[in-house]
Amino acid sequence: MSDLLLPPELRYAKMIEQRQNEDGSELAILNLGPTHPATHGIFQNILLMDGERILDGEGTVGYIHRAFEKIAENRPFYQITPLTDRMNYCSSPINNMGWWMTLEKALDIEVPKRVQYLRVIIMELARIADHIICNSVLGVDTGALTGFLYVFQYREKIYEIYEEICGARLTTNMGRIGGFERDWSPAAFKKINDFLEEFPAIWTEFENLLSRNRIFMDRTINVGPISAEKAMSYGFTGPNLRAAGIDYDVRVMKPYSSYEDFEFDVPVGQSGDTYDRFCVRNAEVWESLKIIKQALEKLPEGPFHANVPDYYLPPKEDVYNNMEALIYHFKIVMGEVPVPKTEVYHAVEGGNGELGFYLITDGSRTPYRLHFRRPCFIYYQAFNDMVKGQMLSDAIATLSSLNVIAGELDA
Amino acid sequence: MALETTVIEDKLTEKFGDKVFGFVDIKDMFSFEVEAASANDVLRFLKEDAVLRFNFLTDVCGVHYPDNEVERQFAVVYHLHNWMDNVRIRIKAFLNGENPEIDSATNLYLGANWQERETYDFYGIIFKGHPQLKRILNMDEMTVFPMRKEYPMEDGGRTDKDDRFFGRKPDNVNNN
Amino acid sequence: MSDQKDIKIVGAPAGIEGQGFFATKLDEVVGLARANSLWPLPFATSCCGIEFMATMAATYDLARFGSERMSFSPRQADMLLVMGTIAKKMAPILRQVYEQMAEPRWVIAVGACASSGGVFDTYSVLQGIDKVIPVDVYVPGCPPRPEQILDGILTLQDIVKNESVRRRSSPEYQELLASYNIT
Repeated sequence: MSDLLLPPELRYAKMIEQRQNEDGSELAILNLGPTHPATHGIFQNILLMDGERILDGEGTVGYIHRAFEKIAENRPFYQITPLTDRMNYCSSPINNMGWWMTLEKALDIEVPKRVQYLRVIIMELARIADHIICNSVLGVDTGALTGFLYVFQYREKIYEIYEEICGARLTTNMGRIGGFERDWSPAAFKKINDFLEEFPAIWTEFENLLSRNRIFMDRTINVGPISAEKAMSYGFTGPNLRAAGIDYDVRVMKPYSSYEDFEFDVPVGQSGDTYDRFCVRNAEVWESLKIIKQALEKLPEGPFHANVPDYYLPPKEDVYNNMEALIYHFKIVMGEVPVPKTEVYHAVEGGNGELGFYLITDGSRTPYRLHFRRPCFIYYQAFNDMVKGQMLSDAIATLSSLNVIAGELDA
Repeated sequence: MALETTVIEDKLTEKFGDKVFGFVDIKDMFSFEVEAASANDVLRFLKEDAVLRFNFLTDVCGVHYPDNEVERQFAVVYHLHNWMDNVRIRIKAFLNGENPEIDSATNLYLGANWQERETYDFYGIIFKGHPQLKRILNMDEMTVFPMRKEYPMEDGGRTDKDDRFFGRKPDNVNNN
Repeated sequence: MSDQKDIKIVGAPAGIEGQGFFATKLDEVVGLARANSLWPLPFATSCCGIEFMATMAATYDLARFGSERMSFSPRQADMLLVMGTIAKKMAPILRQVYEQMAEPRWVIAVGACASSGGVFDTYSVLQGIDKVIPVDVYVPGCPPRPEQILDGILTLQDIVKNESVRRRSSPEYQELLASYNIT
C-alpha cells in the first residue's frame, strides 16, 4: 500500500521520526481546521511544519458534503435551482442563471433579448458581491478589518437589489426556464442606478486603502504563487487563472446570454501570487460595473420571459380563470416538465471560474445524471502545492485569496 | 483557422482505428466513445498532437447505467477543451459493471487527481495508476458507493419520518 | 456619537434600594451580566455564515447587543452559533467543540439545516444538530435574515436572564447531558 493512502498524520509522524535537523530541532504536525477561524469555510489541512515553514500538507474536504448530485437525480428540474443557490452562496444568481441556461440549451429555447440583458446585469452584480467578499476578507486576514466593515455596507445594497427582484437576499432562487418570474420593477432599476453611482467612490477608497499599502503588499506579493502552466494543468479557471497570466474567460470564449454585445476587458495578472489575484478581482469589479452600465443603456423593451407555456408558469389570474393555464400550472408545479432525452454541457463564468453543468436526461421527470463542474473543488487541490515552502501565515493569505467556498467545493 | 471536428475524427481514426467510435455532435459538443483500455493513450494523443492541442481537462465524472449490459454499466466522461482553437469535446469510456477499471489521467493533467477521487468515491470506479485513490467527500468509513443508482438518496436511519405522509405506504389509514 | 443620551444602559433588576445599598437576588444579577455579554463562537459552515457576516457587519451591528467579541476559542465562548449544514463527517467535530466549551454554555441552531437538516435529506447530512448536542434556540429560515438571527440572540438573552444559577448542577440538566452521552 502506498504511503499516500495513509491518514496524513500517520504519514507525517513517520517522516518526523526519520528526520533529524542539525540543530536538534524536530518537525511538527499542525492541524489547520476544519473549524479554524482563519479558514473561511470548513476544510482541514494537516501540515508538516519545520518551525514556521510548511514542508508538506494534505487537505481533507467533504465536511459539508450534502450529496447535491444525488439529490438532483431525485428532484424534478424546477426543484434543482435551490441546490444551485447553495453551491456558491456568495454569488447565487450566477448559479441560478447557469442552470436555467443549461435547461434552455437542452430544450432549444430561444430567450428574448431583454431577458438576456437582465441576466447579464444580475450576474455581474453577483460577481461584484462575490469579489467584495473575497477581497475584503483577504484584507481581514492580513490585518485590516476596516475595509471589510466599510464595503460590506455596499454588499447590503446588492442584497437589496436582489430582494427587489426576487424577494430573497442570499439564496435567491431567481428566474424560471425562459426568463424571470416577473418583470423588474422601477424600484429595482432605481436601486441599481443608485448603486452604480455610489459604489465607484467606495471601491476606489477600498483599493486605495490596500493596493499600495506597504503592509498589505509585503503580506501578499510573492505569496502562494502558481505558474501559468501549472495552473492550467491543475484545472484553474476564473480570476485565479487570470492572475497567473492566462486570459481565459468563458464570457469571451463562448459568450452566453449576449455577452458578445458588451465591451469589456479581461484583466490578467502576471505572477499568479496573492497580490495579483487581489488586483485581478479588483479590476474585474470595474469591468462588471462597465458591463452593467452598457446593459442598462442598451436594455431593449420586450417580454421578460420566452413564450414557452410547457415550461413557464402561467400568471396566477389565468390559473384561476383559464382551464389551459390551470393544466400547465399543475403540470409544472408537479414537476412534469417534458425534457427530451439528450446530453448537454453548459458553462458560465462563475465568481470563481468556469461553472459547468453536465446534464444527461432520459426523458423522465428528473435528470438521469447532473454533474456540477465546481471550480473551487478543482483548483483547491493545488493549495498544498502552492504553500509548500511558505510560512504558515502566508498559507492563510493564500487560502483567502483563492476564495474557496466550502459549499461549492463539497457540493 | 479553427479546428474542424472532421479533422479530429480523421486524426483519431487514423491513429486508433476502431478503438474510437460513435462520433456525434450533440448540442454544440462533439463527442465520441473510446475503448476503456486505450483511454489514456487517446487523451495523451489529444493533448500532445500538434494540431489537436487539447490542453485543458475541464471535467471528469462518472455515470452509472445499471440497465445496460454488464460491459457498459459505468461510464467515465471526460470534457476536454482546446483553448487555442476554442473547441470542446466530450469523451466517454464505458466500463464493466462488476469490475470498473480505467487508467488514471493524473499523468497528463494534475487536476484529474481530485476529480478521479470524487468519481471513485461516488461510483467505486478504480483509476489505475492514481497516486492517492481514496475517498474524498464521504467519510472513510463508508462502505457503499452512494451515487450508484441502487442506493437511496435518503438516510435510512431516520425515525421521525412517517411513511404514510410521503405516499410510501399504500394504506394511508393503518400504519402497520 | 459623543452624545451620552444615545447610549442605553440596561436597567437594574427589581430590588430594594436605599442609601448606599441595593439588595436583589443573586440569580438576577448574574443573569443580567451573562445575558448582556454573551461571547459568540461562530461555527459557520455555509450560507447562513454569510448572513451572520452581514449580522456582524455595520448595517445590522451585533455589537449593539453586547456580542461583538467573537470568541474563536471554545474555551472562552458562552454561545455556540451553529450556522449551516452539518454533515455526518462534521458531527464529531461539532460535538468536540461543544464539549470544549465551559459551563454555562448555550447553543443556537441558525437556519433550517442546523435545526433539521433542511432541504438536504440525504445520506451524508446530519438531520439537525440536536441529534448530537442540546440546543436552546432554533432560528428558522434558509438562510434566516439578519433580523431573524438577531431575534434568535435576543430570545437566548431572555433565556439566559431567567436562568437559575443552580440549573447547571441540577439533576435534570445532568440527565439532559447524559442523554447525549456528554460528561
